[in-house]
Amino acid sequence: MTFSPELETRLETLMRSCPPGREASALIPMLLYAQDETGALTSEVVEEVARRLGITPLQADEVISYYSMLRRRPAGRHHLQICTNVSCMLRGGQELYGHACKRLGIRNHEVTADGEFSLEEAECLGACSWAPAMLVNYDYHQDMTPEKLDRLIDSLEKKH
Amino acid sequence: MLYNQPSPLEVKVLTRRFGLPDSQSLDTYLATEGFQGFRRALEMKPEEIIGEVMASNLRGRGGAGFPAGMKWSFVPRASSKPKYIVVNGDEGEPGTCKDRLLIENDPHQLIEGMLIAALAVGAAAGYIYIRGEYRRLIEIMDRAIAEAYRKGYLGENILGSGLRFDVYTHSGAGSYECGEESALLESLEGRRGVPRIRPPFPAVAGAFQCPTVLNNVETLCAVPAILRDGGAAFAALGTPKNGGTRLFCLSGHINKPGVYELPMGFNLLRMIDEVGGGVWKGKKLKAVIPGGSSCPILKASECDLAMDFDTVAKARSMLGSGGVVVLDEDTSIVSLATRVMRFYQHESCGWCVPCREGTTWLRKLLERFHAGHGTLADIDLMGDLARNMLGRTFCPLGDAAAMPMISYVEKFRGEFEEYLNRTPGGPLGRVTIDG
Ligand SMILES: Cc1cc2nc3c(=O)[nH]c(=O)nc-3n(C[C@H](O)[C@H](O)[C@H](O)COP(=O)(O)O)c2cc1C
Ligand code: FES
Repeated sequence: MTFSPELETRLETLMRSCPPGREASALIPMLLYAQDETGALTSEVVEEVARRLGITPLQADEVISYYSMLRRRPAGRHHLQICTNVSCMLRGGQELYGHACKRLGIRNHEVTADGEFSLEEAECLGACSWAPAMLVNYDYHQDMTPEKLDRLIDSLEKKH
Repeated sequence: MLYNQPSPLEVKVLTRRFGLPDSQSLDTYLATEGFQGFRRALEMKPEEIIGEVMASNLRGRGGAGFPAGMKWSFVPRASSKPKYIVVNGDEGEPGTCKDRLLIENDPHQLIEGMLIAALAVGAAAGYIYIRGEYRRLIEIMDRAIAEAYRKGYLGENILGSGLRFDVYTHSGAGSYECGEESALLESLEGRRGVPRIRPPFPAVAGAFQCPTVLNNVETLCAVPAILRDGGAAFAALGTPKNGGTRLFCLSGHINKPGVYELPMGFNLLRMIDEVGGGVWKGKKLKAVIPGGSSCPILKASECDLAMDFDTVAKARSMLGSGGVVVLDEDTSIVSLATRVMRFYQHESCGWCVPCREGTTWLRKLLERFHAGHGTLADIDLMGDLARNMLGRTFCPLGDAAAMPMISYVEKFRGEFEEYLNRTPGGPLGRVTIDG
């Protein structure tokens, strides 16, 4: 298993940020940054990260199953998280999510057949004052409407 | 970046640099009194620094409102173990979106706050735990930290004082429970976010079982101004025992939603009308969630009150994390309750039975009720279930689910009863689409 030089640097920095002998503390960010590059936490990736930290793959697995952002299978190239929690719900978050389901033809935690898009109904994203809010990978889109969402998806489709 | 227009009623202490050109840079920070609080602190004894923070009446902005200076004083300075400053940037409480602005617009203010805390308790390293979704903010913070190292504000022999302090960012990966301080520490150490038994409290055995100051982002961001201008000046901005300003996040059915820095004790109705431009679409106010979804709801008739920890507590709710969610007259409390409970059930870590089972039962009950299959007895059952969770869970997530639930049923019982005779759904439509 080889990682890019950028990821290698990142993983080293993360391990160095822990007190000596406590490197396993870096597990969660290491898994997340690795996943960003590899697309998913396959057994191969998990074993490699676990090996570096001196823990068992099972210990890593236990952690992966807890955190909603860590995943064993790849998401779409554009992963859409749409918040339907309170503040967003009050300003059309549920309708926005419903619209995304229809437009993409997928439901919660599904990926389009071409692997381009995946969808997740999200809990509060920390953008409540600019609701409804959503994320595409790590980028926020706020004060959304179904029309804005259509334009956003159009532009992402063009990015091929 | 600012996402809403500021209000002329704001009192800008923590947000004073927002909107300045290059507000993320150390140069801008230094040009606007940056690190002056830290320079003052360098000349003070640790107990004097803590005394200044106590005098400021600064209370934790993460939700519980615990006096920050007192928390710092619990750290056993004499302990030979390393000590840590841990910043809670998990920002997961629904309705809350302020810590991200502080990191995005003024990252050096947070670094300075951590440095002052480090001087006060004798810490040599700090971790900023930021929710995984905030990756762009982690990048901003990482850049600011690197700049601070380059220019001698972090690392060894800071400003020639002999002080050494290191700061690292640490990403979460999607979990509300990891905002709870002991679960956060578990996550920081690479494990599932399951809470720890207390005591010992983090001040004594926190990160890596060492003495730790754990504060919310906003709490620490208030510290530089306190050391710069004095605790008394900060205290004077607020109400007795509730010093300073705080960032209120107005959301929901309001004309000008946004994050506004206002003095503690600002009247809630004025906040809605004069800062937030009133309830949207000319509608009437129905209720307000005053401090994030974990706080009991206030009916419109209860909203003429000062927004400080003690006054809101007297009204049997909480000031919480500053998330003020405004609900107009058409809001369905049944829909609201259903969505809120779905959140807590989803985020319960599953460790203790009352929380895991309680939130699951309540969610099922509410979803059934919301779908139009409820009975009169269900309404009592919801209240009973929630009251039986209260105070019986391992960490406060169970309370955070139970308290608002009890308030919905108590304050809007009539609406639950009426709902039984109506077509299901309500003005907010279906709550659950799937999963
Ligand atoms: C379920 C739960 C979630 C929490 N989430 C957060 C959070 O996202 N951010 C935060 O600062 N505090 C959160 N808290 C409060 C923390 O446990 C802790 O009290 C706080 O970070 C202490 O900092 P302060 O004294 O500066 O407020 C949460 C508490 C609970 C019970
Ligand atoms: S409720 Fe949607 S971002 Fe907070």
